[in-house]
Amino acid sequence: MPKYKDINRVLVIGSGPIIIGQAAEFDYSGTQAVQALKEAGLEVILINSNPATIMTDSDIADKVYIEPLTKDFLLKVLYLERPDGVIPTLGGQTALNLAMELAEDGFFERENIKLLGCDPDVIRKAEDRLLFRNVLESIGEPFCESVIVSNLSDAKVFADRIGYPLVIRPAFTLGGTGGGHVHSETELEAIVKSGLQNSPIKQVLVEKSIAGYKEIEYEVMRDEKDNAIIICNMENIDPVGVHTGDSIVVAPSQTLSDREYQLLRNSSLKIIRTLGIKGGCNVQLALDPHSYKYFVIEVNPRVSRSSALASKATGYPIAKIAAKIAVGFTLDEMINPITKTSYACFEPTLDYVVTKIPRWPFDKFVTANRKLGTQMKATGEVMAIGRNLEESMLKAVRSLEIGTHHLELEKLKTYSKEELLKALDLIDDERLFVLAEALRKGITPEVIVAKTKIDMFFVQKIFNIVKMENKLTTENLTPELMLKAKRIGITDRKIASLKKIKEDEVFDFRLKNKIIPVYKMIDTCASEFASTTPYYYSTYEVENEVSASSKKKIIVLGSGPIRIGQGIEFDYATVHAVQAIREMGLEAIIINSNPETVSTDFNISDRLYFEPLYIEDIYHIILQEKPEGVIVQFGGQTAINLAEPLSKKGVKILGTTLENIDRSEDRKKFEALLKDLHIAQPMGVTARSSEEALQRAKEIGFPVIIRPSYVIGGRAMQIVYGDTDLLHYMKSAVHVNPEHPVLIDRYMIGKELEVDAICDGQDVIIPGIMEHIEKAGVHSGDSIAVYPPQSIEKKILDELVETTIKISKALETKGLINIQFILSNDKLYVLEVNPRSSRTVPFLSKVTKIPMAKIATKFILGETIKSLKLKSGLQPDQALVSVKAPVFSFAKLVDVDIALGPEMKSTGEVMGRDHTFEKALYKSLLAAGIKIPQFGTILVTVADKDKDEAVQLMKRYYRLGFKFLATAGTAKALREAKLPVREVRKIHESTPNLLDEVRSGHAQLVINTLSKGKDVASDGFQVRRAAVESGVHCLTSLDTTSALIKALENHNYGVEPLES
Amino acid sequence: MKLKLILADGTEFIGDSFGYHPTEESCLGEVVFNTSMTGYQEILSDPSYCDQMVVMTYPLIGNYGVNRDDFESLTPALKALIVREHCEEPNNWRNETKLSELLTHFKIPAIQGIDTRQLTRIIRMHGSMKAIIVSEKTDKSKYKELLAQNLGNDQIARVSTQKPAHHPGDGHRIVLVDYGYKKNILKSLLKRKCDVIVVPYNTSFEEITRYHPDGILLSNGPGDPKDIPETLETIRKIQERYPLFCICMGHQVFALANGADTEKMKFGHRGANHPVLDLKTEKVFITSQNHGYAVKSESIAKTHLEITQINLNDKTVEGLKHKKYPAFSVQYHPEANPGPDDTHWLFDEFLESVFKNEVARAKV
Repeated sequence: MPKYKDINRVLVIGSGPIIIGQAAEFDYSGTQAVQALKEAGLEVILINSNPATIMTDSDIADKVYIEPLTKDFLLKVLYLERPDGVIPTLGGQTALNLAMELAEDGFFERENIKLLGCDPDVIRKAEDRLLFRNVLESIGEPFCESVIVSNLSDAKVFADRIGYPLVIRPAFTLGGTGGGHVHSETELEAIVKSGLQNSPIKQVLVEKSIAGYKEIEYEVMRDEKDNAIIICNMENIDPVGVHTGDSIVVAPSQTLSDREYQLLRNSSLKIIRTLGIKGGCNVQLALDPHSYKYFVIEVNPRVSRSSALASKATGYPIAKIAAKIAVGFTLDEMINPITKTSYACFEPTLDYVVTKIPRWPFDKFVTANRKLGTQMKATGEVMAIGRNLEESMLKAVRSLEIGTHHLELEKLKTYSKEELLKALDLIDDERLFVLAEALRKGITPEVIVAKTKIDMFFVQKIFNIVKMENKLTTENLTPELMLKAKRIGITDRKIASLKKIKEDEVFDFRLKNKIIPVYKMIDTCASEFASTTPYYYSTYEVENEVSASSKKKIIVLGSGPIRIGQGIEFDYATVHAVQAIREMGLEAIIINSNPETVSTDFNISDRLYFEPLYIEDIYHIILQEKPEGVIVQFGGQTAINLAEPLSKKGVKILGTTLENIDRSEDRKKFEALLKDLHIAQPMGVTARSSEEALQRAKEIGFPVIIRPSYVIGGRAMQIVYGDTDLLHYMKSAVHVNPEHPVLIDRYMIGKELEVDAICDGQDVIIPGIMEHIEKAGVHSGDSIAVYPPQSIEKKILDELVETTIKISKALETKGLINIQFILSNDKLYVLEVNPRSSRTVPFLSKVTKIPMAKIATKFILGETIKSLKLKSGLQPDQALVSVKAPVFSFAKLVDVDIALGPEMKSTGEVMGRDHTFEKALYKSLLAAGIKIPQFGTILVTVADKDKDEAVQLMKRYYRLGFKFLATAGTAKALREAKLPVREVRKIHESTPNLLDEVRSGHAQLVINTLSKGKDVASDGFQVRRAAVESGVHCLTSLDTTSALIKALENHNYGVEPLES
Repeated sequence: MKLKLILADGTEFIGDSFGYHPTEESCLGEVVFNTSMTGYQEILSDPSYCDQMVVMTYPLIGNYGVNRDDFESLTPALKALIVREHCEEPNNWRNETKLSELLTHFKIPAIQGIDTRQLTRIIRMHGSMKAIIVSEKTDKSKYKELLAQNLGNDQIARVSTQKPAHHPGDGHRIVLVDYGYKKNILKSLLKRKCDVIVVPYNTSFEEITRYHPDGILLSNGPGDPKDIPETLETIRKIQERYPLFCICMGHQVFALANGADTEKMKFGHRGANHPVLDLKTEKVFITSQNHGYAVKSESIAKTHLEITQINLNDKTVEGLKHKKYPAFSVQYHPEANPGPDDTHWLFDEFLESVFKNEVARAKV
């Protein structure tokens, strides 16, 4: 029963697309919260633009609107639905900002709709730096000396008084966009400017830097009775200075005495009480490592990335409880959902150590600045649990999937002591590895602490790992030593390499000596209360808490940390697979290492193993559970890559067989397969050296697409136009060797089409076909995709369907298959076949109303199209047109070229849905956060080959009222077409040049197709970056430019004079 | 060096010795677990753990070493400390010595390297029980005999002060009856400018009156409240005459003195996260707790006491007050150390009742 008599229907605002700083954690918390609200007897309406979420599944909320998260669309939904209340604290900063915008307008009072779980005054006090400082001052809580400025000169005055280093934090931004540490006036100028630019209220905070302090976070909850509790505290291994989203974090705090713990706990509770927050809140504090001195850094008055982490770290479902508090429940009347024997009003206690390590996209963005600071750069994170810090940390390291299973990086092994000492000064994504390598090379912990300011406690723990490596090298491998090594989390593979024996020998030795892990439960209470929560982690202890079950079990492998190319879409499919398994009456077991996701919510599966997706850890679970088999096709490339090692150990892979997976992934076998089926593919070759690559590229003819074999998301893939480019690529982008050849394909210009199909081994269902807006050459994950296709002849579509069926059958596919096609000169070619769930499965499932992953799972488990009474073949088109648009996080990543190419760059996606293509497209672009100008000035600089097409497009923009800025070449072309253009100087010419034009806001849209590539100094690169940093949308493909004008034309009225 | 922990039910654990290493003699105690993640120094120096072997459920203990300030008594009274992992390289600005050195100094055996969660689960399911710690060499046939030894019932007598001690202050004079008081109870009074006289647990009413106190505080302490029946009459007299505040053991003997009953709990409450519901304000406080006995709630009805607070989870009695006199008690530790000090206002409430009583007396 609802608690508030007048609140029966509520609207929940989601967080929209995945971007750096606001990721899958909001799907996890949002889904949990919506379910909690329904449990509380409320009718729940949801608005969220992100189709790749469980939250937007039709069975989660009572009504789901996948619409742009803009004020206009939110209002439309509100007027249509007229809910009693709105909950904006579950959808990150996006939802909160939207609600605040409506609150400022007086919307909620005017319409008599309640804002739940959030009081605008409270939010203002927590988020507006000046107001927050006043609050802290009024209760005597210390804050760092700082000043809030809205212009550069005030910042300089403060800097002159306080001195450097200073830290700049823009107000109201996601993940601290636009902020940073500054050490000089030049740096101050640059960062204050970008900070002001990024802040929606044009304010930045300039603050005395307290780099070197311990950074501690408290997750706090409070209800309307003023009961306030701490759910979890966390300590950043990286001292203050690195954004907490980019920090390695442990829970609980490790180096704080009880006095210090309580000091900061009291401060956190005092703050949440003074602010009057009802629900969850995150408080960040900085503690002097040499005294009781501390400063309050900031609060997040809502559920956050940290609260998702805290929920997984403790088992306490913060979002669920926060949602119930928002609708009037109090902590003391709610049962702790984990124990079911105690109450939600208590402070969880841990009997294990949790480590979180961020996952950064620098493997994709090789040119990006890897320096970590106040601006978050990670796309995802992993969490690992152990009974000691070393175990927890090493498990986290091997969960990262960055090509290492131990705290070591191949490239650092050759570093000299001097190089390592130098590297220790850099605060970047590799610091943890540098630290371990430094200890290996004899640099003392004292030196490391002095350089990094990382607490000696943590350095010593890492030193323990290094010491164990030495022991393993020098001592005999006794069962005692083996147990010690396993207890601190070292893999068999590492032990084997140190002992120069085979990995299997290590495993056999362990088995013989009964050195195998047991599984312990996460229960919020250190086992003080009986609990039946099926949430486990492995450790080398005595008692095993997993009780054997006699039911038939299926293990589903998750997809690990969110990274570019492997996002939340795979978690979506994983969750659906688990649901299908449970629907069939079998037990579903999940293994995953990502704390942000729905799949690692312990309510989803029959058993959750929070473990690395690493062969050794997975195999241990298999030995424990003895499942019928393992499903690998939903966890992206991570899970697919595990099929072979698992299969080698005799584990049954359910679904498409390993052999057939290999036939689609191994290039030679794949070529042979298509040849057999008489299916065309672009000409391609393999090369094992630079010389071979050059020769073969010449044979097929430039331009070519070149990439290393076995990759995710088109990593290090590039279009190469000639010899020099090719040799440069071979030298810089790949470590080519006979085992890992590079693949060279002819680059075909044409229309890209994509299909996801479900096959039961015999018959095939094709829910729908998607047409890409951008031509081949732009990664499919970065293209705008349209369902159903808008410009493709039926004959081609028929051929596509036929080919899909042929391939699916030939691979004896059981489950999902994704095929990418290119239509070039009216001929259809197959680009790529992925025998697994793809990025487009959630989108297509939603728009076609066919739960693809669920059906696929049922096929994997023996059902057929016939047995499920489904219809095979291509399914009829839906009435509405749906557009999936990519979302990028370029503003967060300095030195990354935003130009679209064969390497995927987007972090998330949104969906626009409407009756016409143009309307759906327009919605999708709005939802993607693109500021679409209705008129104004466009800065156009295009490559020569694009000029004709660009001019034709600009004519249409002109008709809607746009005028143009262009550099000489493009300006000439535009002038010749009688378009109004002002010529601007090129970058190397004198100022004001084209960069200045962008930076001073003279253009509302930038269209740039110049000099794509990795050369940071190129004009094109600089203009594109200038656009991103100035908040001006930049189009790098004429296909997108054309789509946009279509949408604009549909949305606007042009004006024409009467013909005389 | 290895040490064995043998529980009364026969379960054996082998771990590494990291404190005092008993070679010949054995160590007998009651095994209990504490769920606090921080505050091991306060816990091991809390006299209420007299004759107990404490298992810390948090696996990493000793991380911030041992400092000068966080002792709750000068001499730890606990029998042994059992942890998953002792920190060999502690670090904290206040750190002076390693935990292992402290334990060795006070001749307290300590074991690390055992599955403390397993041990905790045994205690949770079967209740806290007697156990012995012996060296590996000890003959197995002796275990039974060793476990049959009695722990005695003189814990309070052993930890209580032998002589009164005066801690001068300018404010109210409070007599703190020492059943094994934690230093922070005294500090909490001194911080409020009290003039405190700490007296032995068995100090007579007459002797107490000779100090002309303004209020009395009964402290925490180890063991079974029924072990000190000789104090009950004194308490009855005290409450008639002086404002009274009782903590933990004090709370239990206060209940007994007023005709209520106490019982041994299965495994007690020891930790820093126990929710206590105030029945009047309906608010919940997170409290620091350490007790193995509790006041029977059904025994309150026939007394002049009233239950003011209960444990949110198991509904055990957490707070009492006398219906006639300005006397009240709590089962938990408002002085914290370790744990939250959400209820430190209880000291203010006590001093307020002291003040009111003075005003009333002045009027008379």
